[in-house]
Amino acid sequence: MAIEEDVIVVGGGVAGTVAALSAAETGASVRLITHKKSTLRHASGLIDVLGYTPDADGPLADPFEGLDSLPEEHPYRVVGEDAIREGLATFDDIVGDEYHGEHTDANALVPTHGGAVKPTARYPKAAAAGVASDDRDMLLVGFASMTDFEASLAADHLDAAGVPFEARGVTIEFPKRFRADAKVTRFAKALDTDEDVGGRGTREALAAAVEPHLDGAARVGFPSLLGDDHRHEVRADLEAYLGAEVFEVPMGPPSLPGLRLEDLLFDALDEAGVGISSGNKAVGYETDDGEVSAVIVDRKGREIPYHADAFVLATGGLVGKGIDSSREGVREPLFDCYIPHPDDRYDWFVEDAFGDHPFTSFGVVPDDRLRPTRADGHAEFENLFAAGGVVGGANVAAEKSASGVSLATGVVAGRAAGDSI
Amino acid sequence: MSDAQSPTDFDFEPVDDFEPVDVFDDSMDLRPGADNCYKCTACDTSCPVAEVDDEFPGPKFQGPEQWRLKRKEDVEIDDSILSCSNCMRCDNACPSSVPLSQMHNEARGEYVENQMDHRSREYIRNRILANYRTLAELGSKVPRITNAVMGNSLVQKLNEKLLGITAEREFPEFATQTFREWWRERGGAQVSSEEKRIAYFHGCYSNYNTPEVGKALVRVFEEFGYEIAVPRQRCSGTPMFANGMLDDAERAANVNVPEFKDLIDEGYDVIASCTSCSMSLKQEYPELFQISGIDEVSNHTYEALEYLRIYEDVQGALEGKSVDYPDLAYHAPCHARNQGLDRQAVELFREVDGFEIEDVGSSCSGISGTYGWKAEKYEKSMKIGEDMFDHMHHAKGSVGMTECPTCSMQMEHGSGYEIRHPLQLLEEAVA
Ligand SMILES: Cc1cc2nc3c(=O)[nH]c(=O)nc-3n(C[C@H](O)[C@H](O)[C@H](O)COP(=O)(O)OP(=O)(O)OC[C@H]3O[C@@H](n4cnc5c(N)ncnc54)[C@H](O)[C@@H]3O)c2cc1C
Ligand code: SF4
Ligand code: SF4
Repeated sequence: MAIEEDVIVVGGGVAGTVAALSAAETGASVRLITHKKSTLRHASGLIDVLGYTPDADGPLADPFEGLDSLPEEHPYRVVGEDAIREGLATFDDIVGDEYHGEHTDANALVPTHGGAVKPTARYPKAAAAGVASDDRDMLLVGFASMTDFEASLAADHLDAAGVPFEARGVTIEFPKRFRADAKVTRFAKALDTDEDVGGRGTREALAAAVEPHLDGAARVGFPSLLGDDHRHEVRADLEAYLGAEVFEVPMGPPSLPGLRLEDLLFDALDEAGVGISSGNKAVGYETDDGEVSAVIVDRKGREIPYHADAFVLATGGLVGKGIDSSREGVREPLFDCYIPHPDDRYDWFVEDAFGDHPFTSFGVVPDDRLRPTRADGHAEFENLFAAGGVVGGANVAAEKSASGVSLATGVVAGRAAGDSI
Repeated sequence: MSDAQSPTDFDFEPVDDFEPVDVFDDSMDLRPGADNCYKCTACDTSCPVAEVDDEFPGPKFQGPEQWRLKRKEDVEIDDSILSCSNCMRCDNACPSSVPLSQMHNEARGEYVENQMDHRSREYIRNRILANYRTLAELGSKVPRITNAVMGNSLVQKLNEKLLGITAEREFPEFATQTFREWWRERGGAQVSSEEKRIAYFHGCYSNYNTPEVGKALVRVFEEFGYEIAVPRQRCSGTPMFANGMLDDAERAANVNVPEFKDLIDEGYDVIASCTSCSMSLKQEYPELFQISGIDEVSNHTYEALEYLRIYEDVQGALEGKSVDYPDLAYHAPCHARNQGLDRQAVELFREVDGFEIEDVGSSCSGISGTYGWKAEKYEKSMKIGEDMFDHMHHAKGSVGMTECPTCSMQMEHGSGYEIRHPLQLLEEAVA
């Protein structure tokens, strides 16, 4: 059989890519199988470790200080503080100077598109000049056609949050006229290639439109669409025209910073010699003597086994399709791993929309080596490990811990898989 | 099987005023697909046309939204559907497996059938481009004359003026001997085997324009011990889908399916050397047509390298090999990406000594078959391709590689590089 590796990782989000890299570091040959684009297409591109305690205390100045407040079954408690640090160190290696925040344990406070201030452990270089601990005055620029960033509203929210600087917002027309629902990628492309608008480049035209509103602001924030491949040049050009620092405000989906991070992660996989099979879904598995011997991949109707000695399940949570829910119950669809959940569907959530919903922490129950366990506490399979959103026990959206959990569990599961062979 | 074909698996509420889209008599129910859309816009961010075209509303609109609109009566298909290049990248992005490209294909078919003037220059031009094989069959009868005429700049200008085919591009040259002529001349298969059998879907381009790709396939598979059949065949339909000429595509499919189905019954698998051909047989055929045997053909179709990597130890065969070959700038075609084949050439060849192979990034080449040949789309096509040209120039090699004939035209056009097919390198290494 031709498709054979030491380790196969299923899932191509933060958790899967980090697990694959960690497994490759042990010397194992590794292949990553992923179906569709991961949640990085929606994510802000920020790497949160822990922003709030389960009792909603926060924002936390230091995520590591909050670890003791987490419940016993939380993935952070299972892998321990060192694993979180290793996860972050692996991330820092991958992204190099594309991200900031590695100089300190403390959370940075990054303004979001709604004008909230978000505690996060790592943030893109492009967002760096926007941090809320900086006391220089800030101008936020929105575009009339982009309704999901209302600059003056965001500025008001920041002021109300008590930031140590003055924030103002202004809405202008983007110098190139696009259709009303133009995609962020269209804006980014126009800036990336500095398309011509009436005899000058888009970058200069944009700066000229902002300038009259500058009024002494030392930094100017735009929604995250300032170029893709040439993002640093775009910002540098705008800064030169404006004489102010320029930064991007993380946006809701679809997210350009998420796309850029995805590129960085996949480049790192390539560099490390990890095989990548994307576009086809893992739909089943074969076992041999209590161990998984292959996952079955559906290649447009042909079911092909991919053999390996160890496997990592990193298929994500409810959004990534690693966990499936229907009226009948909650399932892990690939290996049918055990997922504890109340029988009564009405116990999966609480009445308050923003309350503490049980469903947010649904997931597989890991043992101390991150192997999914059965109801009796024994590993489902000797050689199956799990990482990221598919692992239960964390309320990542409320705690602001999603990427941190993916990094920490990714490192541990990937290394355990690589070491097991 | 796509969602669209198994509506019974879905738990949906019946809608009383539901009217299926009437593209074919036996029309499909795409409702579950449309209802699966949760508006995450992952598809929109992967669309290369939306990235450069201010007027293009994007795949989410072209797919689920337009489909919903269509359910209400009297809504015409938006003419922006003709700006979709059928690259199918949106399919690959959707976390909910909404059958976007199928929706686009059907909407485009309906638009071309009902809303387009069949005497318009655009329709006639699209029909000519979509039926490249007819043109090629004629042209390749007198290849030298055709090459001279088509390469004449005056003829190119006329094509642009009269037909709207861009004068910027050079027509691909016809080979002096087609692949099929070569195959006949060598006396067909040289290896016979009961267990290892493949039926080659060469498509139009490696028959008429690049027979060296077909020959490489034959030599490589024979080296691995395969008996090869080359049955009668028509166009895979790819350029016809992209131009909304679904009747033409179905006529061709009605020839292809029974020819290959018969061979499958004798133990053959279907192998294509063009990733759009394998895409079409694997995915678009069963999505769009109902022909006896079409599912078997779909399920037995593979791209050449894909097949060898599954059933043979090519990695092993290449181990320790050193090949005298130029450094390569490799581009993965969108349709390869959709079949999960975008990494295969780089992964396979990076272990071989003697040259370097570098992936020039995940962008679309921009030509998308006949798209970049249209005068009004030419600039868009080149703009989409900019990233790829840029990466090609930065890559170490100055010879290109790709599996798709039209990507290869675009790569050559934008960089001036000579472009080869992975099978040619494999031939050099193992055959
Ligand atoms: C809207 C949104 C905003 C977010 N914002 C933030 C933020 O601000 N900060 C932060 O730290 N985190 C954020 N996150 C979380 C973060 O992006 C990840 O979701 C989280 O880290 C979990 O990642 P993962 O790798 O486990 O899974 P995912 O990113 O969900 O990836 C799972 C992958 O597995 C693949 N897959 C699933 N099933 C199969 C199968 N059977 N076969 C093959 N492949 C399969 C999927 O196609 C997908 O590519 C956000 C997420 C969302 C959805
Ligand atoms: S097929 Fe390609 S061009 Fe058409 S909508 Fe989808 S991504 Fe865009
Ligand atoms: S990717 Fe799929 S679910 Fe998301 S908007 Fe597009 S069609 Fe809808």
